[in-house]
Amino acid sequence: MAADSGAAAKAAEGGADAPAAARTAAAARSLRLGAVLVVLVLAAALPLFVSGFRLFQFTQVLIYAIALLGLNLLTGYNGQFSLGHGAFYGIGAYTSAIMVDRWGIGYGWTIPTAGLVCLIVGFLFGRPALRLEGLYLALATFSLALAVPQILKYFEDWTGGSQGIVLSKPKAPLHLPLTEDQWLYFLTLAVTIVLFVLAANLLGGRTGRAIVAIRDNHIAAEAMGVNNALYKSVTFGVSAAYTGIAGALSAIVVAYVAPDSFDVFLSITLLTGIVIGGFGTIAGPIYGALFIQFVPNWAQDISKAAPWAIFGLFLIGFMYVMPRGIAGFLQLVWIRLTRRAVSRSSNST
Amino acid sequence: MSLLKRFTAGVLLASLAALAPAGAATAQTVVGVTATEIKIGHTNPYSGNASAYGTIGKTIAAYFKKVNDEGGVNGRKINFISYDDGYSPPKTVEMVRKLVEQDQVAFVFQTLGTPPNTAIQKYLNQQKVPQLFVATGATKWNDPKNFPWTMGYQPNYQTEGRVYAAYALSHVKDAKIGILYQNDDYGKDYLKGFEDGLGDAKKQIVMKQTYEVTDPTIDSQIVNLKNSGANVFFNITTPKFAAQAIKKAHEIGWKPLHFLNNVSSSLGTVLKPAGLDASRDLITALYMKEVTDPQWRNDKGFQDWVAFMKKYYPDGALDDQANGFGYNVAILMTQVLKQCGNDFSRENIMKQAASVKNFELPLLLPGIKVNTSPTDFAPIEQEQLAKFDGEKWALFGEVIEAVRK
Amino acid sequence: MDIFIQQVVSGLATGGIYASLALALVMIYQATDVVNFAQGNMAMFSTYLAWSFLQAGLPYWVTFALTVIIAFVGGLLIERIVIRPVEGAPILTIVIVTLGLLVIFTSVAGWIYSYIQKPFPSPFPEKPIRIGQIVFGAHDLGAIGVTLVMLVVLFLFFRYTTLGLAMRAAAQNPVSSRLCGIRVSWMLGLGWGLAAAFGAVAGMMVAPVVFLDPNMMGGIQLYAFAAATVGGFTSPLGAVVGGLLVGVTENLVGTYVSFIGTELKLTVALAMIIIVLLVRPAGLFGRTTIRRV
Repeated sequence: MAADSGAAAKAAEGGADAPAAARTAAAARSLRLGAVLVVLVLAAALPLFVSGFRLFQFTQVLIYAIALLGLNLLTGYNGQFSLGHGAFYGIGAYTSAIMVDRWGIGYGWTIPTAGLVCLIVGFLFGRPALRLEGLYLALATFSLALAVPQILKYFEDWTGGSQGIVLSKPKAPLHLPLTEDQWLYFLTLAVTIVLFVLAANLLGGRTGRAIVAIRDNHIAAEAMGVNNALYKSVTFGVSAAYTGIAGALSAIVVAYVAPDSFDVFLSITLLTGIVIGGFGTIAGPIYGALFIQFVPNWAQDISKAAPWAIFGLFLIGFMYVMPRGIAGFLQLVWIRLTRRAVSRSSNST
Repeated sequence: MSLLKRFTAGVLLASLAALAPAGAATAQTVVGVTATEIKIGHTNPYSGNASAYGTIGKTIAAYFKKVNDEGGVNGRKINFISYDDGYSPPKTVEMVRKLVEQDQVAFVFQTLGTPPNTAIQKYLNQQKVPQLFVATGATKWNDPKNFPWTMGYQPNYQTEGRVYAAYALSHVKDAKIGILYQNDDYGKDYLKGFEDGLGDAKKQIVMKQTYEVTDPTIDSQIVNLKNSGANVFFNITTPKFAAQAIKKAHEIGWKPLHFLNNVSSSLGTVLKPAGLDASRDLITALYMKEVTDPQWRNDKGFQDWVAFMKKYYPDGALDDQANGFGYNVAILMTQVLKQCGNDFSRENIMKQAASVKNFELPLLLPGIKVNTSPTDFAPIEQEQLAKFDGEKWALFGEVIEAVRK
Repeated sequence: MDIFIQQVVSGLATGGIYASLALALVMIYQATDVVNFAQGNMAMFSTYLAWSFLQAGLPYWVTFALTVIIAFVGGLLIERIVIRPVEGAPILTIVIVTLGLLVIFTSVAGWIYSYIQKPFPSPFPEKPIRIGQIVFGAHDLGAIGVTLVMLVVLFLFFRYTTLGLAMRAAAQNPVSSRLCGIRVSWMLGLGWGLAAAFGAVAGMMVAPVVFLDPNMMGGIQLYAFAAATVGGFTSPLGAVVGGLLVGVTENLVGTYVSFIGTELKLTVALAMIIIVLLVRPAGLFGRTTIRRV
């Protein structure tokens, strides 16, 4: 995480500060690991404290987190603006629904299949989109998002048209003593953890550096031997795959898909999620998911008359206070704290 | 008997009497209702593309406030809890689960839209929570065998479509039929009814055109329809587009036998903007009194509604048919609650909803009554055709009974 | 042949609607480098203000002028008060702020005016114009005319006035502009003000056709984005041409390509955008920026 590199940079700076800063870097790492462990334990224990509808909400949060991680990969880390990820979410959802409802395939298989389908579609879309820069890419993806509900309605025989497809919520397998909500929560949690670990690995290694290099300065990156075209298309594909998997999970959890659920508004919501959460970070998607799931509900509780006006105020307020999102804000806080720690310890020597 | 024995017996009897009704109630599920309160759950699109219908929720809330001001139902005040679902099925699922599991409502009422209601139907039936008087004209809500906890309300779209088809076939020789419909469940449902009603004459459909709610205009579609030579036109559009369609058809001089679907039959919000002259000879099927129609000015039901709106929902538009719709259905709901007496178990609520006999609502057309039974979960099934004469919807013919499938 | 011409004419009319909003979008982008998601809804809100004035009895052209002025001031103030705090932030942050504005405007309009649609008068005569078999409304023609006038005004402003030059400079190179004495911040505000004024005009031209309601601009804004993309976000002329093109192509494809029909009309329009972008990534009239490394 960036808190790490902040401290490490301090270590590189001053020789006299080096031991103190190195201690801080190590502290940062163990703190981070500890935080992740605590979060995991809390997440696993959640079903003990909440039930039914709340668990359903938290499952939605996890699903959004996966979708946001996908979008973040493309927009935050790779600098390719996408206003069309709702399309991949919808494709994933319908892949799952059609497989279960029309072909009777078990829902478990639909998750990786949705990922694969979206990987291919995303790659195929990303390839020609290479030529498009910033705004125009955003608008091209915007068009994709707009087209998807219409296309879904057109292929009625497969998709059930505007009536949508009704599914059944799956029961826990192997006669585990879990309710449907609990089982789906754990399943989603497991998938979330796997996908986040994979992403962290990807971004932490050479591929990740190449991806970020393309965002920061694609000409220099190309000059350094990074195959822009390949990396950008693959990133598009992987990002679409993540969001597609999220879509498949949502079809299973909500147990119903309809074309108009996957409209432009969804794509905009996802974009909002990554910006509020903090783009270019791994933790950002989680904060963003919590925001887009719960803040509209709070806005409704605050004002019956114009709840969305309240939500809009929240959005603007957040951007004033945390222009780099929640993750970015926390990062800043961390740097402030460690800077003081470092200077304090160097003062004492 | 000694005084003590009598006293003890009295106390024992009294406690038994006090326990007994509670005991009987716990044999069935009483959720959301106490001696002083009835909790009703509701979702509406207060935001998003369908937000024009959000006013129905506000009217209903206003009506329940009136009921409470007048003493409530059987001594209990109504606590009407309504959430925004933005017409998005996943949100509807979330909000309805919140209503059922967190807010512990007795039942869910007038949830709006076919996709939202489809999304929650299975859940509510599994949880045995009544899903009453859903605000959609889709045909599938009248299915007590498979979904004993779900009940519709308004005359369904397919029935209406069949009525128009029958009229067209009997009044136009060599009918060449053109249809414009919204590309969603509402449009397709009307279309199905119409085509079913045509039967073999289906091949006389010369052109079908669709549009999306995001389309700014449908002028191009109207031009195509005129060009197809159609002399019968079934206009399946929501109010905004209906006004455009009527206006454009008039502008390009196309005068087919023009059926306007009930959803867009408002004089004030559709016909007037389109042009009263342009709307001449339009035919629609009505079941409600149209609130901007001058023929009801002196009608008691209408006047009661206006008085209600002025007192309890002054911000509500008096030319918005949706506000009349909400008024009617809230009265029906109150009647069902009254019929429950003191037994507010979900089973009994459902039973009473399915036992409404010849009940009149102030804004229903004369001759149209609400009827339900254990095998008939369609409360309103009658309609009457009306033709616009430049000033009002002139009713004609007989009240038509629904053609049951 | 007649049907073809009629569809083209209808397409031009609809396209004119897209073009007028696209012009406002391009205006803001040119002046501030920001895509303003709230453009359409600001226009809608301005139109509601106009409606209020008309209800109060003011004559049409007085209302028109008043609304344009209020919209201009409103746009300026929004830039100064709402956008300024995040001026230096990453572009996506600013985009989210505009999304917040979009949501606020829609919600407030719905709260004040309710969601039911209202008719809005047109300054042009009601009677349709007939040329042979072709029919179109005077309003459609009038609206296109107004859009073209706006385009010419914009062009003249940017090309031939000092203020216009200063605005272009501020957008292209803020640092050098400051060195030349241009108050860059105020140029941004001016850009927003002008775009809002254009948006108000678009709203008042559109409302008679599609009827006034808080979600009026939703669909139009989507098509306006498409139009600006096709024409090129850096070219006002492109925005107008793009709008007309999108409107006409949509209609023609819907009419003549029967397996697509009207059910995939939108998809076709969008496919069009993608094709144009693949061939000319900056839009038909857009300037391809050369970046020196």
